[in-house]
Amino acid sequence: MTDLLLFAIPGLFIILGALIVIFARNPVHNAMGLVLTLTSLAILYISLNATFVAMVQMLVYAGAVMTLFLFVIMMIGVDKPEQTKEEIKGQKLLISGTLILLVSVVVLIVLENGLNWNLLFPQSQNTFEGTPSLLASAMFTSWVFPFEVISILLIVATTAALALAYEFRKRETND
Amino acid sequence: MSPEIILALIKPLLVLGLLLTNTIILIWLERKVVAGMQSRVGPDRAGPFGILQTLADAIKLLLKEQILPMKADKAMYLLAPIIALVPSFLIFMIIPLGPGFELTIGQESQFINMVGADINVGVLFFLAVSSLAVYSVVLAGWSSGSKYPLLGGVRASAQMISYEAAMGLSLVPVILYSGSMSMSKIVESQSGYLSSPIPIVDSIIGFIPNWNIFPQFLAFGIFFIASIAEVNRAPFDLVEAEQELVGGFHTEYSGFRFAMFFLAEYINMFNMCAITATFFLGGWLGPTFAGVLPPFLSAIMPTIWLGVKTFGLLFVYFWIRATLPRLRYDQLMELGWKRLIPLSIIWLMISSIVLGIREFGLPWS
Repeated sequence: MTDLLLFAIPGLFIILGALIVIFARNPVHNAMGLVLTLTSLAILYISLNATFVAMVQMLVYAGAVMTLFLFVIMMIGVDKPEQTKEEIKGQKLLISGTLILLVSVVVLIVLENGLNWNLLFPQSQNTFEGTPSLLASAMFTSWVFPFEVISILLIVATTAALALAYEFRKRETND
Repeated sequence: MSPEIILALIKPLLVLGLLLTNTIILIWLERKVVAGMQSRVGPDRAGPFGILQTLADAIKLLLKEQILPMKADKAMYLLAPIIALVPSFLIFMIIPLGPGFELTIGQESQFINMVGADINVGVLFFLAVSSLAVYSVVLAGWSSGSKYPLLGGVRASAQMISYEAAMGLSLVPVILYSGSMSMSKIVESQSGYLSSPIPIVDSIIGFIPNWNIFPQFLAFGIFFIASIAEVNRAPFDLVEAEQELVGGFHTEYSGFRFAMFFLAEYINMFNMCAITATFFLGGWLGPTFAGVLPPFLSAIMPTIWLGVKTFGLLFVYFWIRATLPRLRYDQLMELGWKRLIPLSIIWLMISSIVLGIREFGLPWS
């Protein structure tokens, strides 16, 4: 019962946040919806005994990334209601087609298997707590190569972003 | 009901009462201290030494009309003061107030931990929750639908992100030095006295307590500066710079909603000082005078020591506020990004090398 509640309450908030992100007209509301989703996800991680991952999720995504989003939204002043005009031709038609496809897939699955979904998480074989040292020993021994590759990728992306922004500014001042 | 549930119900109520009373004292203390430093009298009408002044102010704020600006974004405007208060209460939860004790009532005996939640990544919890506090300022500024609060909000988001980076980086050497991310383990690692393998040095520094502030003095300095910036106190109070922005992010707030921002600011300040004391000044460690004092007094001595250290740091906060002028915005950003962050990275490298040599010996030996 506690497991189900711990899953269902944050789960509902995650869906609510995601719906706000999609349907709210105001960019700041969208951003706050995303914050709600990310924070609820952190609570879900805690209920899975992954406290470290939960804290990093809060710190990096809910804390830093979303604050930057908000900063940018306020700085460039797009905090006005979004325009609802169709940008791509046949946008609505495409979206409704995709939705119908999605719903029919869900209906097909229900018809095949009935409604006996197991909402609970599959019982995990590992019952240890996600402590920093456990995570670090996994990350820096068996997964050290992917870890280093990701760090190189991030540095390349940062450098590329800087280079692009710098080029752009130089061209602007020349004109 | 099981004792755990009763404890879980009592603890938050105690914390609420403690923090609210504490804020009343803090505001009075700040006004008195700053007044003394500026050769003024300060509040002296309500109660002895004006100590009831804050209470009178709080009642006044409660009874005032709460204005909702016409251009305000209603949902976010109402949400912002709540977002301000929640993280400040959450952070207090992880501060270890004492070593914990065994409470025996009749037959039942229960170990009472003096921490709201003793989680194994307490340091990260502190950083994560304090990063959520930015939203209250940013949202309050944006949702008021007015120019000055918006400027305050934009300033806040940039300032708090910059100084959070420095604050987090300055805590890494402390975590390495203590060998744990749990707040209570960090306190325990600071017990005892400083020691050195060289006998002469050992006899000189042997009486100094093994607090993190001595080996990690630079980390302390960076953390202290960053913590003042993080709670938006002078000289980093550009968010609510009265001379430039009227009242900054809370210009449009009135009545109880303004009181909530005020409350959150002082609770945050108290939390920040208590956490600084926990990380660098040994937390609740100190002589308990067991045997000299009656048992119940020596049992609460650790909490008193933490209080003494916290209020000492708070006095420094007030002192700085009364002394230093506000930084310019570009100076603030330069101090954060060009001084504090590089300095904390260099300090992290130095302490990692020292710890590595201490743990594994010199690389050539």
